[in-house]
Amino acid sequence: MVITSTASPEEIARFTAIADEWWDDSGKFRPLHMLNPVRMEFVVGALCDHFGRDSTADSPLKGLKLLDVGCGGGLASEPLNRLGADVTAIDAGEETIAVAATHARQSGLDINYRQCMPETLAAEGLSFDAVISLEVVEHVTDVNQFLDALSALVTPEGCLIMGTINRTIKSLAFAKIAAEYILRWVPAGTHDWNKFVRPSELANGLRPHGLDIKSIKGTVYNLANGDWRLGDDTAVNYLAYFSRQQH
Amino acid sequence: MRVSSFPQAKPLVNMRYIMTTIEADILIIGGGLVGGTLGCILADQGMSVVLVDREAPSDQMTPEYDGRASAIALGTQRVLEGAGLWDDLKDDSAPIDDIRVTDGDSLMFLHYDHNDMDIRPFGYMVENRRLRVALARRFGSLKKLNVLALDSIRNLDRDAGGVTATLESGKTISAKLAIGADGRSSQTREDAGIELTQWSYNQSGIVCTVEHEQSHENIAHERFLPAGPFAILPLTGNRSCIVWTERSELAPAMMALGDDEFNAELARRFGDFLGKTRPTGPRWCYPLSLQFAERVLDKRLVLVGDAAHAMHPIAGQGLNMGLRDVAAMAEVLSDAHRLGLDLGSAAVLERYERWRRFDNTLMLCMTDLLNRLFSNDIAPIRLARDLGLAVVNRIPLLKRFFMRHAMGLVGDLPRLMRGEKLG
Repeated sequence: MVITSTASPEEIARFTAIADEWWDDSGKFRPLHMLNPVRMEFVVGALCDHFGRDSTADSPLKGLKLLDVGCGGGLASEPLNRLGADVTAIDAGEETIAVAATHARQSGLDINYRQCMPETLAAEGLSFDAVISLEVVEHVTDVNQFLDALSALVTPEGCLIMGTINRTIKSLAFAKIAAEYILRWVPAGTHDWNKFVRPSELANGLRPHGLDIKSIKGTVYNLANGDWRLGDDTAVNYLAYFSRQQH
Repeated sequence: MRVSSFPQAKPLVNMRYIMTTIEADILIIGGGLVGGTLGCILADQGMSVVLVDREAPSDQMTPEYDGRASAIALGTQRVLEGAGLWDDLKDDSAPIDDIRVTDGDSLMFLHYDHNDMDIRPFGYMVENRRLRVALARRFGSLKKLNVLALDSIRNLDRDAGGVTATLESGKTISAKLAIGADGRSSQTREDAGIELTQWSYNQSGIVCTVEHEQSHENIAHERFLPAGPFAILPLTGNRSCIVWTERSELAPAMMALGDDEFNAELARRFGDFLGKTRPTGPRWCYPLSLQFAERVLDKRLVLVGDAAHAMHPIAGQGLNMGLRDVAAMAEVLSDAHRLGLDLGSAAVLERYERWRRFDNTLMLCMTDLLNRLFSNDIAPIRLARDLGLAVVNRIPLLKRFFMRHAMGLVGDLPRLMRGEKLG
């Protein structure tokens, strides 16, 4: 069968070129490293909520089969594996996957890294307790097709966790203009504001698959102390968790 | 604690050639009051901790090792509680209910009465060696804490993947993060090439314990004398700890005095309000200086306590600031551990740095300023500072704020200092 892909060739090329910098937390990916703790707070919280796990226990995610789509260097995959989850992580970039796999090995972690598209896994008939895709949907060519592919990989009792950037005036000011041109947190051209995704667009794309939004939080930067925290302002970066209505 | 072996060759290997590496989440260098307390909290939170200390715990509990007592502000008492140490300490600690500050013979004074505050006591006095006994007992009860005493770091490699320490004993430890808690003359800090800014006060702190006839009624006294502050701090029973600041050139002479003459010098400064006094145990003399590390972070390394900042004892804040570091460090690491994050990563450690920078800088400046302001006999300065004391004394709101700050109850407090559980 022919697998149609949602990955954009230019986007893959751009990230491949800087693949070996994924784990340099003072380099190009520094903003993502700084954002990572608060992202993981949302992701781990949602997983513990959804699967009734005690977040203070040792290995709270033990036994859960997770998929990280667009894993990059493995910034989310590694913590999830450390918390006991059985993690499969995929990315479109070959170089990226090689970097991620090497880093995981050096860190003594066991993560199943594959260079492929979510559509490939669906074609193999695989499914996961939870699918996680952070800072990816704003880089794909067709949002709805991407959401279709992710939905197909979530078990009926499972959940889907997404993180992305909202398309608002505020995100144009902060995530595009300030982050790329003023603060130079990320290389200019990293993002295309037009491809940012509104929460309603995620919700509309996922509803046909029975996935409803359970919770949504913004990640808010505190200029005074430089901390990121979860808040109710979803106008720039946000995370959302979706699951199917239990009947 | 996971111990893994790396056999050098195929079967039938001579056991002597098997290198044993101790794997842990955290390596703490220095098992004193700050490093030890941090180790207890982290191990209790489920992280595996190796704590390396040059000395044997039993040697640190003798009166000869450390004759000092520490003021434990209310906020830091909660940290000791969170570390599981306070139950053991509470019967041997003396509450401070009132604080009286006087400037030489001036009539102006500052009086912190517990009736003015909604919280009492302000804090506690605990003898350092008693703290060390509590730590040693607690060490034994924590499965995830591995204390390697009488050993030290020969080499510390820190790279993107983790830290590997080789000890003088030949043991190897691999961890995600190294924490330098090895005090004022921190070798860890020096080896990491972290610069130190310091200046001497040309003052020495003479410390001793005295017995007295009358009860101290849990009142702490601080008297500003031209040579520096003279503090009488309540211990359990009819005993007080004396912290006597003297000009460095005079301190050796004071230390060399016979018991009777020393007692006479003491009495001149002390007054007779507690009846007859008698020094017990050894006298101690420490040179006083201010020092701070240019930064507290390096790759997979963080400095806490005196290794990062040491200050004048004028406000009794040295250990308190160290334990505030502990509370923030413990919270940052515990949160990261629950999220599966790499404990040595910059995103985790920078939160600690941002959190502590302001508080530590403020306290260093305040103690330095207070000492400069009070350790002199220049008339206009005396007048100004006495008016200052009087003003603070008359304005309850201001007085309360200063007190709450000293007690460690102001600002963005770590959960442990608010008396909350870490997790």
